[in-house]
Amino acid sequence: MKRGGLRTILWFGTVLGMIYLLGACKPLQRTGGTVSTTGDIPVGVYLSFTGSTATFGESTYKGIQLATEELNAQGGINGRKVALHAEDDRSDAQEARSAVTKLIQRDKVIAVLGEVASSRSLAAAPICQQNRIPMISPSSTNPDVTKVGDYIFRVCFIDPFQGTAVAKFAAETLKIKRVAVLTDVKNDYSVGLAKYFKETFTQLGGQIVVEKSYSEGDPDFRSQLTAIKQANPEAIFVPGYYSEVGTIARQARELGITVPLLGGDGWDSPKLVEGAGNALEGSYFSNHYSHESTDPVVQEFVRKFKQRFNGEVPDALAALGYDAAKILFDAIKRAGSLEPAKIRDALAQTKDFPGVTGKITIDAERNARKPAVILQIKGKQFKYVTTIQP
Amino acid sequence: MSVGRFWLLRGISLFAAAGSLLAANALIAWLRATGWVDDYTYRVIMLCGINILLAVSLNFINGITGQFSIGHAGFQGVGAYTSAAFTLASIRWFQERGLAGTSLGDQILLASAIVVGAVSAALAGLLVGIPSLRLRGDYLAIATLGFGEIIRVTILNIEAVGGARGLKDIPILTNFLWLYLVVFLLLALSRNLLVSVQGLGFLAVRDDEIVAEALGVNTTRLKVIAFVLGACFAGIAGSLYAHFDGYLNPDNFRLEQSIIILTMVVLGGQGSVTGSVLSAILLTVVLEWLRFLPTITLGGRAFTPSELRMVFFSLMLILLMLWRPKGLLGQKEFGWMVLRQYWRLLRT
Amino acid sequence: MEAFLQQLINGIQYGSIYALIAVGYTMVYGVLRLINFAHGDVYMLGAFVAYYIIVGLQIDKHPSVGNFVFVLLMCMLVCAVVGMLIERLAYRPIRHAPRLTALITAIGVSLLLENGGIVVFGADPKYIPTIIEPAQAGESGLFVSVGQMIMLVVSLVFMVILRFIVMNTRFGRAMRAIAYDMDAARLMGIHVDRVIALTFALGSALAGAAGMMVATFTSVKITPLFGLLPGVKAFVAAVLGGIGNIPGAVLGGLLMGVIEAFVGGSALTTYRDAIAFLILILVLLLRPSGILGKAVTEKV
Repeated sequence: MKRGGLRTILWFGTVLGMIYLLGACKPLQRTGGTVSTTGDIPVGVYLSFTGSTATFGESTYKGIQLATEELNAQGGINGRKVALHAEDDRSDAQEARSAVTKLIQRDKVIAVLGEVASSRSLAAAPICQQNRIPMISPSSTNPDVTKVGDYIFRVCFIDPFQGTAVAKFAAETLKIKRVAVLTDVKNDYSVGLAKYFKETFTQLGGQIVVEKSYSEGDPDFRSQLTAIKQANPEAIFVPGYYSEVGTIARQARELGITVPLLGGDGWDSPKLVEGAGNALEGSYFSNHYSHESTDPVVQEFVRKFKQRFNGEVPDALAALGYDAAKILFDAIKRAGSLEPAKIRDALAQTKDFPGVTGKITIDAERNARKPAVILQIKGKQFKYVTTIQP
Repeated sequence: MSVGRFWLLRGISLFAAAGSLLAANALIAWLRATGWVDDYTYRVIMLCGINILLAVSLNFINGITGQFSIGHAGFQGVGAYTSAAFTLASIRWFQERGLAGTSLGDQILLASAIVVGAVSAALAGLLVGIPSLRLRGDYLAIATLGFGEIIRVTILNIEAVGGARGLKDIPILTNFLWLYLVVFLLLALSRNLLVSVQGLGFLAVRDDEIVAEALGVNTTRLKVIAFVLGACFAGIAGSLYAHFDGYLNPDNFRLEQSIIILTMVVLGGQGSVTGSVLSAILLTVVLEWLRFLPTITLGGRAFTPSELRMVFFSLMLILLMLWRPKGLLGQKEFGWMVLRQYWRLLRT
Repeated sequence: MEAFLQQLINGIQYGSIYALIAVGYTMVYGVLRLINFAHGDVYMLGAFVAYYIIVGLQIDKHPSVGNFVFVLLMCMLVCAVVGMLIERLAYRPIRHAPRLTALITAIGVSLLLENGGIVVFGADPKYIPTIIEPAQAGESGLFVSVGQMIMLVVSLVFMVILRFIVMNTRFGRAMRAIAYDMDAARLMGIHVDRVIALTFALGSALAGAAGMMVATFTSVKITPLFGLLPGVKAFVAAVLGGIGNIPGAVLGGLLMGVIEAFVGGSALTTYRDAIAFLILILVLLLRPSGILGKAVTEKV
């Protein structure tokens, strides 16, 4: 490189560095709890936009975006629009903490929406709790998440409820005695769901004949499935995400396993049958809502979502993101104030909120209480089977 | 120089160092109180410190001794998990004696946790260092990569430390003074090592192992020492991190983390201690700084900073490496001389 | 016994994926001593090219051998061009820098392709519609996947072709000369830059072919991180077989697959990745230069 070019870069770098340092050290306006009364309402979102679970972050954000755009089109809250501040956490717990710290300190958000993965919600929730900023996780199912403190909420099921629901359905409705379990060992959602499923299922007199695991990103599941085939189960519980379940189902059928597969809400995506082809026919999974539901809230959501995102059909994560944002906006309206403490109180009082994923009531543990539905895959469609009350 | 004068100078420089560390600590405390340094900036400063520890400790193995290790996150993980498990197990003992929460009790707890993390990581380093005698270059790299993965998978399978859910509720004890005290110690150790006879041995192993051996350098011993020392400080970095964030997940210590640490060492200039420090700070700050990018609209589609951050980061990494193929500082050290040269460059 | 045989077949099929990627990896390494970390991401690009061609031209509706070969060649072509571009922009300028420098630019390129992929293709998984409806295994029969057998055969064919190119052609001789001593090769009148560019084109074309076949035949999800894990494991496989050695890469890949299949099917299933690496380390301790690699005695 020529000397002139080098010098330019050096100058450029020096100036940039100075600007950054000045920017970083910008003194804080110590507002002392008062929230500005004009301008947009800042709401923070932290999700995995990159990294191994980028697709879940993307889906969830679409739901949140839709809810926000709807609200702003109707004039916002008391004439003030909501401005989303989205931060990426690279699917990493340490980054999740950085992202949330930035949202609270720099963007002065009054509430935080996020994370899909319980591990990252667990990492970041203490920061929200410490700063007394309400956080709503759209889809972190580990029971520990909301135990962090009284500012942490969620709108999804918790693992004990869903694991139990599927186990009950398998034992009581399907009258199955022998089940094999195939978990994603890296994924706390999968591990947690499997744990409670196993507990309840064995209590109900069933037997877990074999347990196998895989890692997200594996291209081949035949070795685990071969071992499962040997154990001769009546069903296979696969509490993973739709992205792997399709391939698993296909390879199971190839190996001559004909028993149905069982799963949780991680299955809900139009991509599921795209990946599985015909291999999941007759399998069951639990979900928040049924696409064929006649509930106008669901119909309206699916229609609007398709319209906004080029005909894409929403998955469970998008629906939960939508509900999390809606419940937050509802609480801000009811609180009649932008003070995080008042929003928190309003959130805690949420009762029978007509969400896409069911009538949501926030209980004393700040978890969403809502029924689960069991769906069956028939003709590549999700058909309603039964509802399980909490 | 007489012996007395030598010790006098030593004493003065030690005092000066301790003084400046305390002054920096007081300054940070004051800036935080006035709000000039908010939690976010503080967090970036602390993460810089942890990354400096990681980069400089890997520099022992990769830069100074020329061994190729890409499993450093594994050592960090060992240190982080053992020290956190130790704290969680012993905090009750401290509580019963009314020591927990008190300043003294916390310091003792953190200090012992750091020792636990350091010792266990050093043992792990020994375990990896010994086979490293047989392997060279890329084969060693793969062995260390494998080791890092073994650590991660093992942690994932231990239910007592949370498995995939992660280890939570670790008491938050790490503060600026502790972290930068360790950084200072590590830097002093690196510097003194590099000018000592032992240190020249390390460099000789890197530059030409066979010649070094022929000249009577015990290459075997030095390689193992480098591994143990590097692993030990990575373990310390891990324990400080665990007690800073209060939450650990096996995913924190996956291959990507090892690669990021390796990137810091190579970007700084292999073997250059100050280079590692510089690039550790640079990469940490840039990754955060990129959050403040404006939204770019291209062809009717808006790209938010959260989408583009990693794209810019990778581009920057490539360009930096092309611009300075030997690393930011090459094998040189950063000192007043470099500053003077830099100033001269800016002026001309 | 039947389970044992089935696991062996599973392992060989699994390994064929690694083998296919590892062959390209090891060839680039053999010439340049460069760990081309971006190889896995070129493989990912191959899968995406296949996806867009197959879905765009609706080839899944008209499956024929000719169409397959067409898609395969397109993927190889696109990836070869991308590989040459990467070499020109990110590796050639630093060819005389320390070896690890190139590793870091390779990591940079890999990150760029992954994160750029998320922006361009989106992070949602994509699936190529099934083309060969899988045959079902019989009541007690063993199951052999047609697609994966094709992959195994193709990787063996690639291995033979590559070995022929490297050992018996002028281009191959130039490659070996450069691997031996780049400066001397240049003095002998070999166009070093051109040969290296072609080596990259060849290696990347192989990655593209691998990506296309895995995406088409295994019904696995295609995401921008499609190449991350297989890339690392293929690299491990290449080292296991003796890096730079083409038959070694195939052997290493198959061995990795078989080990993973047996551990994955055993009671230690949650430790699968750890045990695979443990065995790898043990093998390396017994043979420090890989299974088929030559032990290099260093000259003073």
